[in-house]
Amino acid sequence: MLRFLLAAALIGATSVPASLSAAPFALTSVSVDLPMGDRMFPDGKGADAVTNNCLACHSAGMVLNQPKLSEATWASIVAKMMNAYKAPVDPADVSAIVGYLASMKVGPE
Amino acid sequence: MLNDAPPRHGSLTRRRLLGAASLGGLAVLSHRALAQTSVNLPLPGGPGERPITTAFPQKGPMILQRTRPPLLETPWSVFDQGVFTPNDQFYVRWHWAMIPAEVKVETFRLTVRGHVNQALSLSLQDLLTGLPRVDLAAVNQCSGNSRGFVTPRVPGAQWANGAMGNALWSGVRLKDVLDRAGVKAGAVQVRLKGLDEAVMPDAPQFMKSLSLDHARDGEVMIAYAMNNEQLPLLNGFPLRLVVPGWYSTYWVKMLSDIEVLDQPDTNFWTKSAYTIPDTPNANIAPGQTGVAMVPISRMNPRSFITNIASGTSLPVGRPAPLRGIAFGGDSAVAAVDVSVDGGASWVAAQLGKDEGTYSFRQWTAPFTPKAAGPVKLMVRCTNGKGAVQPATPTWNASGFMRNVIEHTDIVAV
Repeated sequence: MLRFLLAAALIGATSVPASLSAAPFALTSVSVDLPMGDRMFPDGKGADAVTNNCLACHSAGMVLNQPKLSEATWASIVAKMMNAYKAPVDPADVSAIVGYLASMKVGPE
Repeated sequence: MLNDAPPRHGSLTRRRLLGAASLGGLAVLSHRALAQTSVNLPLPGGPGERPITTAFPQKGPMILQRTRPPLLETPWSVFDQGVFTPNDQFYVRWHWAMIPAEVKVETFRLTVRGHVNQALSLSLQDLLTGLPRVDLAAVNQCSGNSRGFVTPRVPGAQWANGAMGNALWSGVRLKDVLDRAGVKAGAVQVRLKGLDEAVMPDAPQFMKSLSLDHARDGEVMIAYAMNNEQLPLLNGFPLRLVVPGWYSTYWVKMLSDIEVLDQPDTNFWTKSAYTIPDTPNANIAPGQTGVAMVPISRMNPRSFITNIASGTSLPVGRPAPLRGIAFGGDSAVAAVDVSVDGGASWVAAQLGKDEGTYSFRQWTAPFTPKAAGPVKLMVRCTNGKGAVQPATPTWNASGFMRNVIEHTDIVAV
């Protein structure tokens, strides 16, 4: 109801020159819950390294939605995460991570 | 290290109450459960399977590209429903996962500082009542919209064509806010930052800069409303920068800090990220190197058929009018042309209501399948600056600014 009244007031206001707009817009505080993401990396060689190093900054779906990419491309992506985005990746895990990503099965599920 | 806040605790509680309260509540729940589905985006080589999610606050059904930080794509059917994208299905894209889940209207402040005569700390009330209101329809499009179609494929958010939307934005001019602070002589850029924070403290905070002239052009605005409602939190509540005709990377969400610079911005997101080849349409040959790179900026024209999907069968001889949307990018839609013979011949589509230079514009064109067999329907937009969509798809390593004359392949039966 309140939203309806508000919208009605605003529709009226848009026909008036901007500097003369009379109806003040009202804002309401917002508090929400954001999902964390519970999708997991499929088992495989290096899966633990990926899970332990990659999920601090983003959920798994971003990775699992990627097309087939070469090992060199994945290596450059992991390097970008570490160097540009300061991802806390254990250097000892890098080759396991890249190996897992480059051998991910890509295609229709 | 993982942000282990209890996931959706409040929402679960509300659902339990709803369910306990009435059979009606239970019916709502089961309807929602049944509506949960997935979509198979036709991305070459896959994977194209994506869930349709309703798990995000203030958002309706969205294509889930990434949960955290959220990447939510607008389902394609929404674009056939009108030129204004509903707020609850407007696409969502965040860089960093530290997004405030709560914004209080009473305590929120927008600071203006740096190379100014008088630093400001503005309340939302100051903006709502202290400065002239402006309204502007404008397309907001991710730099990487349609990246999933880029061939050879490139890494990044694997969007189909739904990382875009059009809204009527209401707010105040950035120019008016800057004038109130008084920009000092020697200022060159204006840097904008929101409330979101990098996960790692030493990572580059997400900030974008505009030239001072651009920031003061009278079109760039600070929006407190989209489509006559306050912004959903995930679209930037309470304030979002609107940069008409430019890619969304500049449309800083939850805008809370405006810094006037007397030196060019060297921060990662302005200087190093979001760069494109300095070539027409940002197009290069796959693998081409040694290309000068520049920051992404103005959008190019695009157009789509929205009322018929590829793979549809249509009866010969029965009229099947085509409908779609177009936008000019950094200028108005000048013309939309349609081909129903795979590009051999073109006819002008009829343009719908003009909602403004930077808005989606609906178009319609007659079509009656003449003979049985496959038919390639194509649509092409020309903008007010004479830019026309290319016949072959553009390519660059970041999958930015993807553009091509789109086609919809149907079968006449």
